[in-house]
Amino acid sequence: MSDGAALLELAGVHTHIGRYHILHGVDLAVRRGRLTMLLGRNGAGKTTTLRTIMGLWRPSAGEISFDGAAIGALATPDIARLGIAYVPESMGIFAQLTVRENLLLATGPQGFDEARLEEVLALFPALRQKWHSAAGSLSGGQKQMLAISRAIIEPRRLLIVDEPTKGLAPAVIQQLIDAFLRLKSTETTILLVEQNFHMARSVGDDVAVMDDGRIVHAGAMADLAADEALQQHLLGLSLASHQ
Amino acid sequence: MSGAAPGPLDRLLSGDRPGTRLLNLLLLLLLASLLLAPFLFPGTRSLAVAARICIFIVLAASYDVMLGYTGIASFAHTMFFGMGAYGVAIALAKLSAGWGAVLLGAAAGVALAVAVAVLIGLLSLRVRAVFFSMITLAVASFALILATQLRDLTGGEDGLTFSVPDVLQPSFRLLAEPVLGVRLDGRIVTYYLIFAAALALFLLMLRIVNSPFGRVLQAIRENEFRAEALGYRTVVYRTLAGALAAAMAALAGALMALLLRYNGPDVTLSFSVMVDILLMVVIGGMGTLYGPALGAVVLVMAEYYLQPAMAALSGSLAGWPLLPALFDPDRWLLWLGLLFVLVVYFFPAGIVGKLRERAG
Repeated sequence: MSDGAALLELAGVHTHIGRYHILHGVDLAVRRGRLTMLLGRNGAGKTTTLRTIMGLWRPSAGEISFDGAAIGALATPDIARLGIAYVPESMGIFAQLTVRENLLLATGPQGFDEARLEEVLALFPALRQKWHSAAGSLSGGQKQMLAISRAIIEPRRLLIVDEPTKGLAPAVIQQLIDAFLRLKSTETTILLVEQNFHMARSVGDDVAVMDDGRIVHAGAMADLAADEALQQHLLGLSLASHQ
Repeated sequence: MSGAAPGPLDRLLSGDRPGTRLLNLLLLLLLASLLLAPFLFPGTRSLAVAARICIFIVLAASYDVMLGYTGIASFAHTMFFGMGAYGVAIALAKLSAGWGAVLLGAAAGVALAVAVAVLIGLLSLRVRAVFFSMITLAVASFALILATQLRDLTGGEDGLTFSVPDVLQPSFRLLAEPVLGVRLDGRIVTYYLIFAAALALFLLMLRIVNSPFGRVLQAIRENEFRAEALGYRTVVYRTLAGALAAAMAALAGALMALLLRYNGPDVTLSFSVMVDILLMVVIGGMGTLYGPALGAVVLVMAEYYLQPAMAALSGSLAGWPLLPALFDPDRWLLWLGLLFVLVVYFFPAGIVGKLRERAG
């Protein structure tokens, strides 16, 4: 574990969607064993950045490297097979499959590693009661828990999660925060997009702030959390309003 | 959390039970009726209906693997049905009336169907769904034209009439004495061959859709990108699903050829057969396999018995104004259409979907 070295690195990444130029040279480093927050206003390009990493959009310029190897030209399944788990916005679950089947999709042909499954279900005990229910029948929070569980049911090298707290009740958000803190303790490398600053401050090690398709600030989360003027400048908010 | 060990019934059904008591009852009734059809409903016509039901169960279920489980709307399914039928027909007409020719023809039909399905899949599954449907429609039309033009091989519009192996000939006698009043001739042997093959193919498809492979297909149906983000090459899976469905349809076609001892473009390639398959899947309930089986029963029965029933009704209403004309047997398609509209309106999830919804 070489703490500090980047596992995922974006250098000067541009992305066009149709004739729209969305990313204007994104530079981002996700360091090993750390939780990196990607913050920014709506429309800043956060989700596009994640989707570009996952190969849904091809970068029109720039380099994306994972563990030193260029992945910008790979297809989505090949990127996933490198050990990158992606939880899309709005709960990437399969509504008509059961909770069990959703999780099985992310395991190999050998099925569940029982010990790992127990660990994951310990993070989100609500899923145990819903084991054989269709995922579509779960509450919003449970769907998000299922999506995250599916991403970590097998050991992954990088976990990318897009706005897990969107539309969730505060009590559920707290559960997610606890889960991410426990995940962090296992030294999983995580890239997390968030609008909820309370969540970001609670779990983030590093932070990058996006605006208008660029990274406008990168540094330690603790520094941003302590600097209200900087928050106001970068995000147009202050911590006090997001307690 | 893996649950108790499955019982023999669960193993046979791959853990995919129909789901509700009424549905269990309906399917058991269907299975028993088909199993005992020659004895329960003696007569050439009812035996033909039962055999057609068996064949269309396989055909509709295989279409459901594509449409219901994978979300691929293809209009080329009759083409694969036709390939199996023509394979057997051509082999029996041109080679000899033996089992070797049957196997060779069926194998060739299946191989051709799989090859064409893989080709269509790899070439066109990357395009948007609606364009894929159009491509399949174009390929199916091309196949239909080809079958009518290659007269030397396919018999053109007239099709091919051929002899089947001796045991399947109506003149063949399995036993000298009738059993339960039914003479065990080649027709009965043909029926049980079709019944056994259909049952085996249906259980095989049930196994496949409930396997890890089938789960990936359902994941692709719901959201392709999410499935790719889990590391699944969706084009490969969709192509495999298409090839599997094509192989099943070709086998159903081979059975059809053995049943009719004839094959022509109208029987296995026409667009009206494609519409029938669509109706069976939609009426029965997409993505359930059991649904298309029930849909096949409803549609085949309607095709065979709606006209005579209407003739009787029309006759009994003689003297009334307008009504006899409304129920004239020639108008049977009108009533079938009305039935379809009502089913789609009241049971958008099909018969099986509605029953499961009521129970769940």
